[in-house]
Amino acid sequence: MISSDMNLFLIFLSAMIVNNILLIRFIALCSFFGISNNIQTSVGMGIAVIFVMVMASSISWIVYHFILIPFDLLYLRTAAFILTIATFVQLEEMVIRKMFPALYRAMGIYLPLIVVNCAVLAAAFLIIDYNLSFIKSLVYTIGVGGGYLVAIVMFAAIRERIALAPIPKSFKGYPITFITASLMSLAFLGFKGLFGL
Amino acid sequence: MEMKKKVSPWQELTKGLFRENPILIIMLGLCGALACSTDATNGAGMGIAFTFVMICSNVVVSLIRKITPNQIRIPVFITVISTFVTIIDYAMKAYAPSLSQSLGVFVPLIVVNCIVMGRAEAFASKNGVLASLMDGIGMSIGFGVVITLMGAIREFFGAGTLFGAQVLGAWYPPVLIFVLPPGAFLVIGFLMAIQQRIMKR
Repeated sequence: MISSDMNLFLIFLSAMIVNNILLIRFIALCSFFGISNNIQTSVGMGIAVIFVMVMASSISWIVYHFILIPFDLLYLRTAAFILTIATFVQLEEMVIRKMFPALYRAMGIYLPLIVVNCAVLAAAFLIIDYNLSFIKSLVYTIGVGGGYLVAIVMFAAIRERIALAPIPKSFKGYPITFITASLMSLAFLGFKGLFGL
Repeated sequence: MEMKKKVSPWQELTKGLFRENPILIIMLGLCGALACSTDATNGAGMGIAFTFVMICSNVVVSLIRKITPNQIRIPVFITVISTFVTIIDYAMKAYAPSLSQSLGVFVPLIVVNCIVMGRAEAFASKNGVLASLMDGIGMSIGFGVVITLMGAIREFFGAGTLFGAQVLGAWYPPVLIFVLPPGAFLVIGFLMAIQQRIMKR
């Protein structure tokens, strides 16, 4: 677990490996199974998620601490966060398309998908739940996004090989994918206890 | 043969159970299903929270479908859904604090649960109130049954209990992996394999 008095390196390590968002926390699984068919797509999606996640949770942190708390509007947290993030992703897509066409060509198709990616919203909620400072939440979100990238790319690599392997008929398709995820999750569980995390 | 079959409200309800089961067939809403099924009680709790949000938002989206401008329908749906999520989140904090504690961030995350959003967009915004209500109930039951079943399986093998009550005696060494994260992937993998086998027959 993360606490607000941990140092930056431990927060990063915990977010990325020990509490890996996909394999240990089960967040953002829809995209995990949906687009991890090939490595290239997965790398693109992973980078887009890191980018959006860092931006979105910084904005949610500011919204929470400078709008929701001073005006005593905590019950609007869920609605405020999701609307902020959705608006922000739209805005970001427009800015990138206008200013960085090359980046847009590389990331463009993934951006709209990210609005419904629960990892982004989850990161925004978690930095509030863990009561992290601004710098710490920045490091935490980079860690979470990095963990997403690592897990999804590794998983895509395995799936490309599974596609060619002989598999029992009932397990073809999604079942074998979940069993693979189970084994990967088991491997990540091995990091538990590292540096007392 | 007529092209478009008339679908009765009853059929809207039953399709969510098996043929269009949200978790096992359409593969949606996995986050909550896997994370909250560590035991049967958590699974049922998540199922109930989800049911409330699903049914209420389906009905409301269907009620306002004629006055919602098409361009901004997604933000409108999100606002409707997040209202109900906030209600159930606060209700659980007040009346079931320990359950709320163990479900944690996954209750607010119902707002981005693809099933709720997906049904609002694909079904409730195009169909009448009764059909949407039935669709919501069916989807919720389909979700609730699978998640409670997963919780029960994981709790049974992983701790030897069901809903917290001891089922297996002291002779049974709990297989801890079932309550840990890998167990969730394993159980749903096997459930899907069983389901594929039945469907193929």
